[in-house]
Amino acid sequence: MRKVSFPYMGTSYIPFERLLTAFGNEVVVPPRPTEETISYGTKYAPEFACYPFKIVLGTYIQVLEAGADTLVSSGGVGPCRAGLYTTLQEKILKDLGYQFEMITLEPPGRHLKDLIYNIKKLINYRLSLKDYISIGRFAWKQLVLLDKAERLSHKMRPLEVKRGDTTQTYKKCVELIAGAKKYSDLREIEREVELLYDAIEKKDYDPIKIGIVGEIYVLLEPSSNLEIEEMLGELGVYVERSMFLSEYTISNAVMDLFHIAGDRDAKKMAAPYFKEMCGGHGRESVGNSVLFAKRGFDGIIQLSPFTCIPEIVAKSILPKVCKEHGLGFLTISLDEQTGKEGLRTRLEAFVDLLMAKRKKAESFRVKSQYVKEMA
Amino acid sequence: MKIGIPRALAYYAYYPFLETFFEKLGFDVVVSDKTTKEIMDLGIEDAITDACVPIKLFHGHVRNLKDRVDYVLVPRLVKIKHDATFCPKFLGLPDMLSCSIPQFKNMLEVRVDLKRGRLDLFMLCMKFAKKFKKSFFKAYNAYLKALLSFKNYTHQFLQGGIPPLGIVGQKKNSPICLAVLGYPYMLYDPYLSLDLIKKLINMGVYVVTPEMLREKDKQKQASKLKKTLFWTFSNEVIRSAYCLFENQNVDGIIHVTAFGCGPDFIVDKLMEIDAKKYEMPYLTITLDEQTGQEGLNTRLEAFVDMLKIKKAKKEAAMA
Repeated sequence: MRKVSFPYMGTSYIPFERLLTAFGNEVVVPPRPTEETISYGTKYAPEFACYPFKIVLGTYIQVLEAGADTLVSSGGVGPCRAGLYTTLQEKILKDLGYQFEMITLEPPGRHLKDLIYNIKKLINYRLSLKDYISIGRFAWKQLVLLDKAERLSHKMRPLEVKRGDTTQTYKKCVELIAGAKKYSDLREIEREVELLYDAIEKKDYDPIKIGIVGEIYVLLEPSSNLEIEEMLGELGVYVERSMFLSEYTISNAVMDLFHIAGDRDAKKMAAPYFKEMCGGHGRESVGNSVLFAKRGFDGIIQLSPFTCIPEIVAKSILPKVCKEHGLGFLTISLDEQTGKEGLRTRLEAFVDLLMAKRKKAESFRVKSQYVKEMA
Repeated sequence: MKIGIPRALAYYAYYPFLETFFEKLGFDVVVSDKTTKEIMDLGIEDAITDACVPIKLFHGHVRNLKDRVDYVLVPRLVKIKHDATFCPKFLGLPDMLSCSIPQFKNMLEVRVDLKRGRLDLFMLCMKFAKKFKKSFFKAYNAYLKALLSFKNYTHQFLQGGIPPLGIVGQKKNSPICLAVLGYPYMLYDPYLSLDLIKKLINMGVYVVTPEMLREKDKQKQASKLKKTLFWTFSNEVIRSAYCLFENQNVDGIIHVTAFGCGPDFIVDKLMEIDAKKYEMPYLTITLDEQTGQEGLNTRLEAFVDMLKIKKAKKEAAMA
């Protein structure tokens, strides 16, 4: 039997594990990235590799040590470097003397045959179409629920009265979802998740709203972005992320199959500033910032790994976009050297500025109202 | 009408074509000054800090040009060959410039997407000529002349010269033959590369650059990689490296790269791993706006000396 493992990204390991086990593989669940993971990664990765590359490489070394013999990861068609990561990682790891098979799942639009061939390698049972559907339905529902729980946690965290309530609730929800056995369980859990969040004691006020845009891995994996969402939530900020895995899967796997560009709104919004597709999530970052602005957000935070090319392009465009739309803008480059306290200071300052800005705008509105009444 | 071409990035790869084409069309072609510290500083001022040096230099060259010409040509290189595109920074270059350089109104953005090869190039040139109301025959003539001059330029490379640096030919009987691999905009900008190639030649080294290898030989190596790289220039470099590994006709390879260059970390690591396999001496030189002359000299001298000793030992063993 194959011992399969895959990169760790947020809570996505829960549905992936289910999916791979259902196909008859033994799964080595990747550990949450820690100092140790990153130190392996930085030791063997080239210096200018981006942070996700290093974390993933470190994770691979850990799971290979734990006995995995097959690694599954996603590919890509460029021009973002991430599409070539599996090629290079395979080469580095083989050079280090590990024996394993690397299975790269390419997007279906251009490599459908390859993709099916590769997926077939992972299926060890004879399954009927009905089985596939029920497995797929279960994993998908799990993924969607996990995203929902996370989204709710972003919404509730700034409003909580007792600090830490939301984080605890979120952890409980993830456990519940991971523990589900049947599809019907998941439906019940969905209701329970909502009830759990409702039970949190809440304050009633209008928090500062910040949209987070940037590169997918550092957005989705909290250990790589130093739990920025939690940190902001505890500062009393409503955070919304531009990307969740379930949406990403739809736009990159399902839509791609039919050659429809995913995330159309964002692309349309980015068009005046960003005329060409340049890989990664550069254009989506710009487009989503405009969308956030239209929805009345106060600021944008861009997360990017150090040396990420598409985000560098976006970074030079975003200040102009944010200025035109009256948004605050903060960009954060992440790598293995970024310290949590330094980041906290920057975030506090940013939030303070946004609050001052909002107060100023409000006082101006009140004043103009008085003046209007007098006239 | 004056048209300005920044002396950076793609200029070094395609300048004979550009210059001839615009001249024959009847434009006044103004190329920005050779890179100096002032230009570099101008670029650093405007470009964002995370960008690589060549991109910062492009900003500097645009600043150097924009007030003395009617149009500044900023290409958006999408595709030159069917199998690869360019680094995302090339794809987003005009967007970056219009946001980072204040008061930059006279940008002439040209989108270069040559999926179908020659035909697309011809169409692009004709479209350009039409935009500026030049006659078809004049444009056609300019196009042919430009192609001819580009062909002449590539031919000079195959003869062992390096035209952008003004090197016509090299001594064939040099004791050491070194390949200097890197992107044209790194290698052929004497300020950025700290005159690395000329330094090597003065040390008595015969230098081979990716452009000096025949296109056919490079194409043959395409299948060596499990997955083709996404970037045209990177493919050139890595295929040249495989060519040299296979033929063993150089004594060592120097890879010149920019600090923080995105594609290069993949290219560099792949070459490093394979150089070990083929037992080819390999040196990576990373350049940025802060690199000092002396540090580079020491490293080059040490590398060349090491190769000389190695060669002498080998010859002694043979004799």
